[in-house]
Amino acid sequence: MPNQSTTQSVQAIRTMIVRHKRWDIIFSIVGLFAMLGGLLTLVALIVGMAIDGLPRISWNFFTSFPSRHADKAGILSAWVGTTLVMMVTVLSAVPLGVAAGIYLEEYASKNWMTDLIEINVTNLAGVPSIVYGLLALGLFVYQLDFGQSVLTAGLTLAILILPIVIVATREAVRSIPGTIREGAFALGATKWQTVSQHVLPYSTAGILTGVIIALSRAIGETAPLITIGALTYIAFLPDSPFKGEFPYVSFDWLSSAFTVMPIQMFNWVSRPQEAFHYNAAAAGLVLIVMTLIMNALAIYIRYHFRKRIKW
Amino acid sequence: MSENITANAMGLLKSEAKSLNFYYGEYQALKNINLAVAEKRITALIGPSGCGKSTFLRCFNRMHDLYPGNRYDGEIMLYPDDVNILHAKIDPIEVRMRIGMVFQKPNPFPKTVYENVAYGLRVRGISNRRKLDEKVEKALRGAALWNEVKDRLTSLAFNLSGGQQQRLCIARALATDPEMMLFDEPTSALDPIATASIEELIAQLKEQVTILIVTHNMQQAARVSDYTAFMHMGEVVEFSDTNTIFTNPAQKRTEDYITGRYG
Ligand SMILES: Nc1ncnc2c1ncn2[C@@H]1O[C@H](COP(=O)(O)OP(=O)(O)O)[C@@H](O)[C@H]1O
Ligand SMILES: [Mg+2]
Repeated sequence: MPNQSTTQSVQAIRTMIVRHKRWDIIFSIVGLFAMLGGLLTLVALIVGMAIDGLPRISWNFFTSFPSRHADKAGILSAWVGTTLVMMVTVLSAVPLGVAAGIYLEEYASKNWMTDLIEINVTNLAGVPSIVYGLLALGLFVYQLDFGQSVLTAGLTLAILILPIVIVATREAVRSIPGTIREGAFALGATKWQTVSQHVLPYSTAGILTGVIIALSRAIGETAPLITIGALTYIAFLPDSPFKGEFPYVSFDWLSSAFTVMPIQMFNWVSRPQEAFHYNAAAAGLVLIVMTLIMNALAIYIRYHFRKRIKW
Repeated sequence: MSENITANAMGLLKSEAKSLNFYYGEYQALKNINLAVAEKRITALIGPSGCGKSTFLRCFNRMHDLYPGNRYDGEIMLYPDDVNILHAKIDPIEVRMRIGMVFQKPNPFPKTVYENVAYGLRVRGISNRRKLDEKVEKALRGAALWNEVKDRLTSLAFNLSGGQQQRLCIARALATDPEMMLFDEPTSALDPIATASIEELIAQLKEQVTILIVTHNMQQAARVSDYTAFMHMGEVVEFSDTNTIFTNPAQKRTEDYITGRYG
């Protein structure tokens, strides 16, 4: 009776499928809990911080120096410090990192040396940041005598993110199809013309995205800056980079002492009075918003350029 | 090979490969190739996939110099100045400025239509707007694209259709008035209608420029070319005027290929 045996085997297949599918169900439950566990902790943290910090956020909070009175204290020196340090970081890490990435990808001949460098650059991205702080203390503070200054801090964070910028540049450059390069070469372009007029412009989005992600890492760094001697209490601003009279710019701010947002937070958290903890939460919120804005910018840039360039 | 058409029988030559061997590292991709390219004629390279057509074509603009480990041996003469363009003393950039190339897949730059065509001119240091305008228009007309794009010169090249993109790449190569143009299967990524328009264009171009074209479409070779070389396993098996190759091939291997017995 062929019909019955068919029915039987279909029945067997069905029970088997049900048995196999149990694992789908089990995993989707386990996975859901894993995800919720991670996400809820994060949400709880941020919400907790918002509840503590939000009431402290006001115009005065941004325009006041730290103070012994928690309700008068603000983050003026911290956000100005963070901004100036980040400026130094960007201006030094981006040209260096992009040049190194382009050199490795487009110019260097591929041999064991470049392989070695590649492996090391990738590994450097994972070195604990305090190690960079130690390196910078020896190099910038003692050897080069830059002092415990904005310049030293910016350069320290620049070394810290240099590997990320190099890797991002290489990846962006590598994603440009070889046929585009060949198209330029076939018209008689030199290597430099090909790089500067094609490779670099077309990989800008990828590089920028990498740079911004690197910066949002650097902006929260505390350990290496404490290592090089950032102050935790600063009630003055560095000299202004822009001047009313000729030559209109000044570089004195580079050698100024400084503090940054995460260090200001650290300072407040370590005070016994609870009122200062609310200040720390408020500063934390500001820092998170700064990072979020940077990440949003990275996403926007990527999206914007994707629309223009399709390979 | 004695059956091959001799250079003497071909009239004015633009270029000539003599005892050309080519190596990708250890691997010899071209074996003792002798082939003459007639001035202002279309020479087609046909043969099964992997036989070395692209490799041979890319010797003519020294494309292989871009990658390490590649080695030429032998000569490719360029006339009328009688220079061996493979000679180590000749800068590949000089060769590429004289000999243009159109690739298998349209590869416009992610720039505007205008900037794509102007690029070769800019590389040559031309920046005068009037001169650029004039040359860009001439090149686009030459590539039968002007009427379609004259109102969107500033729009991105990616917005054009595949066939238009390929004609844009032809215009880009034409803009600098090359002496010779290399085409590597220029229609293999296109639909039949776009293919027909490109073929027609190539047929017209031979009035102004010498053309060497790789195709694995035999009808295409038969339709557009004056001379055809059949390549197999890195060698030129047979080279003759196109009519002879397709109606009365001397070699068994050629006949097998064009009658579709392999490849
Ligand atoms: N970059 C390369 N390195 C090593 N071998 C290659 C390279 N490019 C092509 N080849 C080999 O050379 C031979 C000829 O390739 P190609 O000229 O691309 O053939 P065709 O264009 O006729 O299809 C093939 O065997 C191919 O595998
Ligand atoms: Mg090919």
